[in-house]
Amino acid sequence: MNMHALQVFFAMGGYAAYVWPAYALFFIVLIADTLAPVLRRRRVLRELRVRLARQSARQGRSPHPTSP
Amino acid sequence: MNRAGTATACAAMLRRDLTLAWRRRGDITMPVLYALIVTMLFPFALGPEDTLLQRIAGGVVLVTVLLAMLLALDAMFSSDIEDGSLEQLVIAPQPLALMLGMKILAHWITTALPLIVIAPLLAGMLHLPTAVMPVLLLALLLATPLLSLLGAVLVALTAGTRRSGMLLALMLLPLCVPAVIFAAGAVAAAQQGLPWAAPLAWLGSALVLAIVLAPLACAAALRIALDA
Amino acid sequence: MSNWIPLWVHKLGSPPTFYRFAGIVMPWMMALALLVGALGLYGGLVLAPADYQQGDAYRIIFIHVPSAWMSMFVYAVMGMSSVIALVWRIKLAEVVAMESAPIGAAFTFITLVTGSLWGKPMWGTWWTWDARLTSELVLLFLYLGVIGLYHAFEDRRQGARAAAFLAIIGIINVPIVHFSVNWWNTLHQGSTVKLFGPSKIAWDMLWPLLTMTLATKFYYLASLFRRVRTDLLALEGGKDWVREIARSEGDQ
Repeated sequence: MNMHALQVFFAMGGYAAYVWPAYALFFIVLIADTLAPVLRRRRVLRELRVRLARQSARQGRSPHPTSP
Repeated sequence: MNRAGTATACAAMLRRDLTLAWRRRGDITMPVLYALIVTMLFPFALGPEDTLLQRIAGGVVLVTVLLAMLLALDAMFSSDIEDGSLEQLVIAPQPLALMLGMKILAHWITTALPLIVIAPLLAGMLHLPTAVMPVLLLALLLATPLLSLLGAVLVALTAGTRRSGMLLALMLLPLCVPAVIFAAGAVAAAQQGLPWAAPLAWLGSALVLAIVLAPLACAAALRIALDA
Repeated sequence: MSNWIPLWVHKLGSPPTFYRFAGIVMPWMMALALLVGALGLYGGLVLAPADYQQGDAYRIIFIHVPSAWMSMFVYAVMGMSSVIALVWRIKLAEVVAMESAPIGAAFTFITLVTGSLWGKPMWGTWWTWDARLTSELVLLFLYLGVIGLYHAFEDRRQGARAAAFLAIIGIINVPIVHFSVNWWNTLHQGSTVKLFGPSKIAWDMLWPLLTMTLATKFYYLASLFRRVRTDLLALEGGKDWVREIARSEGDQ
């Protein structure tokens, strides 16, 4: 694909101002939807580890705390 | 539980709620005052031309009444949840749906009925033609119980939460769209001299369905929301 | 014959088993979504010819229509798992219903905005009160109501059950809204625009559209599994299998 064809492609027949924002929004929303659970998973596991560490500290010597 | 006992319980529930509402008369006047203020603001915002006000009068009155009802909806079960009498009702031997139906009726009488009474005044402030007034009142008589019933289900769902005011509006909006469309449609049709019976018939059938189903749904929702 | 199916379903319905199952399936679904999506986008943006009436603006169809279908498909999934959650009290069904809601809301939002971006050059307006557009907007509010109610409760499972009930009410409501807005449009004839005439679509345009529809389905499955896994970890925080995961992934 040469330079001119690429320019024609990005111009979208004069509708670039409508087509590309639509596609950009599609990808931004879906990427946000993908990232949200990944970040939440990290937070949940971090909180869980903090809780586990606190529990094992309270139980002193026993390295494997029994679940309540 | 025999039939006479249930009827007595229903009457007692209705009397109790009406008495409680009467003891706090100030709360009854609030939605009415709100509707008056909102309606009064429209001519100031849009200008005093008769033709414009006439055109929007029906819709404005309907939306104002809807918003005023939404304002009071939050309080439908709140005092009963606070003092625990709603939990007593859930475990009582009387059918919960019937008891809740009575509570909804009491709520409709204390909040929607005053609004319907002043609706002609609101419509008159916006120069709605007198000939259309009966249609507006009929539409309100059919639409407001429908909104009370639908709203009761949603209020029951939020019974276990702390803050619910804005959430209630968000949840009620999709449900009240058809009611607003048909009620306002009937008024608009009457204003244009078109037949207005069809939208009111739709509203009426929706109301009959809601009277049968909404108390049952309300009871189910309350059991979910209060079940800890 | 009939005995092993419930057992299999029961096993998959238990949180640790589903967590592992979703962990295996999810990357494949995501890979399929990206692959099929890339193919569909290439077909739609490069190979498909410009429309003789709409020029290149019609190319928004390849994300708009699949998103619109997904907004309804996800609601159907949410409604069905809500019924399962309320009738059989299965924890996994609650999680599936509640984690579907944000994905569905995302697709509904995409549908509304891309439709608006398509409508401006074609009909000369960003928005018109057509039955389909209004129903889609109401659908967005239904999703937001479900999400809002779910998060209003302190207890997650109680919130999930209340929101599931609301989702079921919404399923009954959507056709009624569509019907009433249609009726409303016939009353106000002046303001309607004829949006969706009968039209045949060429194969060159149809296959990218169907491919993109498939890609969004795969994406939904991948996103749902990712969200369900995360939510199961949060819900089952006290259980041993979650502690194992927290410990083993703790060194990162």
